[in-house]
Amino acid sequence: MGPGATCSILGPSGSGKTTLLGLCAGLDLPTSGHVCLNGIALDEIGEDERARVRNQLVGFVFQSFQLIPTLTALENVTVPMELRGDRTAREQGLELLERVGLAERVSHLPTQLSGGEQQRVALARAFINKPLVLFADEPTGNLDAETSRSVIDIMLELNSGSGTTLVLVTHDPEVACLTEKTIRLRNGEMVQDGA
Amino acid sequence: MAPSFILKMAWHDSRTSRMRLLLFSLSITVGVAALVAIGSFRQSLSQSIDDQARTLVGADLIIESTRPFTTTEEGFLGSIGGAQAREVRLSTMAVFLGRGTRLVHLRALSGDFPFYGKMETEPAEAVQDLRQGGRAVPDETLLFQFGAAAGGNVSLGGRDFEIAGALRKVPGDASASASFAPRVYIALQDLPLDLLRPGSVAHYRAYVKFREGTDVAQKIAALTPQIRRLGLEFETVDKRKKDLGASVENLYRFLNLVGFISLLLGAVGIASAIQAHLQQKVRTGAILRCLGNSTSGIAFIYFIQASAISLAGALFGGLVGIGLQRIFPSILRTFLPLTIPNVIAWWPILTGVLIGSGICLLFAVPPLLRFRRVSPLLMLRSADTRVETQSLARDPLLFAAYALIAASITAFAIYRSQTWLQGLVFAVALGVAVAIFAGVARLLIVSLRRWFPLSWSFALRQGLANLYRPNNRTLLLIVSLGLGTFLLLTIHLTRDVVMTQFRSIGRNNQPNIFLFDIQSDQKDAVAALVGSLGFPVVQKAPIVTMRLSEIKGRKSSDILADPQRKIPEWELEREYRSTYREQIVETEKVTAGKWIGRVDYHSGDVVPISLDREIAKDLGVNVGDELVFDVQGIPIRTRIASLRSVDWERFQTNFFVVFPAGVLEAAPTFHVLVSRAKTPADSARLQNAIVSKFPNVSALDLAAVIQTVDSILSKVALVIRVMSLFTVAAGLIVLASAIWSGRYQRVEESVLLRTLGASRRQIWQILGAEYFLLGFLASLTGTALAVAASWALATFVFKLSYAPTFLPLLIATASTTTLTVLIGLLTSRGVSSQPPLEVLRAEVE
Repeated sequence: MGPGATCSILGPSGSGKTTLLGLCAGLDLPTSGHVCLNGIALDEIGEDERARVRNQLVGFVFQSFQLIPTLTALENVTVPMELRGDRTAREQGLELLERVGLAERVSHLPTQLSGGEQQRVALARAFINKPLVLFADEPTGNLDAETSRSVIDIMLELNSGSGTTLVLVTHDPEVACLTEKTIRLRNGEMVQDGA
Repeated sequence: MAPSFILKMAWHDSRTSRMRLLLFSLSITVGVAALVAIGSFRQSLSQSIDDQARTLVGADLIIESTRPFTTTEEGFLGSIGGAQAREVRLSTMAVFLGRGTRLVHLRALSGDFPFYGKMETEPAEAVQDLRQGGRAVPDETLLFQFGAAAGGNVSLGGRDFEIAGALRKVPGDASASASFAPRVYIALQDLPLDLLRPGSVAHYRAYVKFREGTDVAQKIAALTPQIRRLGLEFETVDKRKKDLGASVENLYRFLNLVGFISLLLGAVGIASAIQAHLQQKVRTGAILRCLGNSTSGIAFIYFIQASAISLAGALFGGLVGIGLQRIFPSILRTFLPLTIPNVIAWWPILTGVLIGSGICLLFAVPPLLRFRRVSPLLMLRSADTRVETQSLARDPLLFAAYALIAASITAFAIYRSQTWLQGLVFAVALGVAVAIFAGVARLLIVSLRRWFPLSWSFALRQGLANLYRPNNRTLLLIVSLGLGTFLLLTIHLTRDVVMTQFRSIGRNNQPNIFLFDIQSDQKDAVAALVGSLGFPVVQKAPIVTMRLSEIKGRKSSDILADPQRKIPEWELEREYRSTYREQIVETEKVTAGKWIGRVDYHSGDVVPISLDREIAKDLGVNVGDELVFDVQGIPIRTRIASLRSVDWERFQTNFFVVFPAGVLEAAPTFHVLVSRAKTPADSARLQNAIVSKFPNVSALDLAAVIQTVDSILSKVALVIRVMSLFTVAAGLIVLASAIWSGRYQRVEESVLLRTLGASRRQIWQILGAEYFLLGFLASLTGTALAVAASWALATFVFKLSYAPTFLPLLIATASTTTLTVLIGLLTSRGVSSQPPLEVLRAEVE
């Protein structure tokens, strides 16, 4: 996949979607074969180096949001930059929260936000490092139809605005239609690869 | 819900967390171990006191006088019959030729004492050799100090004795008693008469062993009125047993209450672990509710799990306690005049285990009660699974549970301390201490949060944020670790303050040598000798010994017999060493009445005296009140003319009672002389010169006193320190258990952070920062409160100026922080090694 491309992975439960996503993002290691991301062989480097790769090249959005409960919305967004020691994190975090429509909610803890708001915080966090690739695992799985639509819109808008490649795991064929390419999996096998 | 289902569910549900639950149970191990060890020690000690009762005294009866027995008294002693032995006890100087001198407690013995138990000497036959005459048996420590041994020589009261052997043990004496003045035994017929001049302070004893078959209690009851009438003192096995029993009971209560603090910390640890455990079981609870289980049935499932861990921890604590029970006899050995056998006492083990598990269960009740509020609706929502907290007012059952906990702690404290007041004071003091710790800890956290330094590194900020994360156990850990630090440091600082004060006494040209037992005809010659050797005569004072026989018209013996009396026994029974002089001295100040320096005394006159104001307060007397003193058989009526404040901290001759000149000059008197030696060598030179010319004169060197006080304080401090270590150990186990119980949350977060690109090092930095801040805040709180407590002790109890040294504060803070970081990181091992893919999968447990 080239820069700025979008792709969705579809398939029933247990077909291997999350495993594929985990392998591509360097969260897991293949038992055979190789995984290369931006020319880096992820299976040939150590865990800390993979963590650095994730921090610099990859963004994540999860079905259950995965925000740190003790941190405010702004603090959650700035974590990836803070890990790099970047001191401009605050300004960029505020800007991104404004872009996802949460300028008024920066000091709220995750428990004080609705599901849609939490996912938008997670989106802002995913984009703060200007990643080359954004991996999203069922990002609308826990949201209602209306909120899902607005989250997908924001995600695509951020993707087109910053040229980030988007890999999306979803059950929803409607969401899949919004991406340029669709991969279908069944029983760990790719049964369809196409636009 | 069927009981069998509850039991089965409790067992099955624990499947994934049994190891973790067992680790939680360790929280109370230390507390139960402490209770069991202390309880066993007390039982062994009581048993030993019963078994070895007669050897505590070495005889059935001891009769004592501060003057030689009169003919009437001798007649009375002869009428008692049985086997008898005599002893004269006094303080004098022992001279080891060419090696030095030291003040010793000389005991001149005749007869077959001890009648029960035996004197332990090396070689064993040294006691027999002693009776042949010309031999001495000094304390082993004394021989060690001067490098002397059997066959060598020691000079006592100007007479040379051959050392027959080393004294190890005397029935009824604790070895600590020898540290004030080492004992030296000689035969009574060898006692140099020079040491028994008029005015010398000596004690004359008769040891009695009744004939076989005598009813000892009945015989003593029959003899008591006669002994009292003769004005003699006496000691019996029962009396000694009672005294020792009372001291043991006091010690036991103190140790037990400190042990109880460790248990309470452990119980709080268990409660917090149960809470964390239940937090993870919210979904299970909600599912069971959806399936139709009652709230009480579900709470019971976890109550059974809580019971199991409490019992497991308490049983393990019982086992550890059995192993630890030898600690106390070995620490307290020097204070106990008994040997303590190594036996397993089952009753303390049983009570320790039951009390331990009971207290833990009680503490586990509040989280279990909160668990009742888990709503089945949770199954329909995926968001927050925290159980909402409700105010106590809205949940009467929860309120009742807390009230029961408070009542149980108070009841335990009252039961252990035997009196309502002491128990209540302990419970309230504990509550206040915990509240202060919690308050200070909260204040520190709130301040840090409020003035959060944004420039701090991410790891430090994240570590700090973790301290006030939901479900944090910051308060518990700060209280438990802080309390341990506080106890240890308070003991250290207080001892430090007292010792610093002691050491400063002899500095700055203040006097540091006391010469006493100087006879009236020797006083000028001694002063001249001191002067000729180049030492100053700082102070001279005549001393007359007397007893207080009447206070405001009431006889001392009547007051002593009065159960309502408020005056301490020792003030009525003690021998007052009083002086007479015309002038007031620089260490005292008249605070009430008028100082009268000289009177023209005629027999029967009422003498105007001056009293120390503190003892006047104890005796309940004031200016104008009358006291009668028995001055070696002659009653002297006195009236308090003035009260004085006396600076007792100065190493000088200070007196409770000062007579005016013109009254006591004819009474048997001895004199003291105070001087100053610049170096230990000078001091030795002065002592040698005095003792070789005046063998009856004794010298007390301040350095030796300081050494003795230091060694006694060190031993006492050791006992308290061991108990405090129990508290620290309990705190550290609670720390490990709390970290372990919050582990699922850590793993989740660390996996998430690693997914977002954090390296393992960064994860460890965050954890390290959290534990560092936790340990630092706990030790800072403990240290600050220890400084406050030792200041209060120094100022109000010891009445000393307070200037703490900073090194112990630094060491306490650094070591608590380091230990916390180490234990925290050790317990967190593996947190960073969970594969990040987990975050994409189901809930991490």
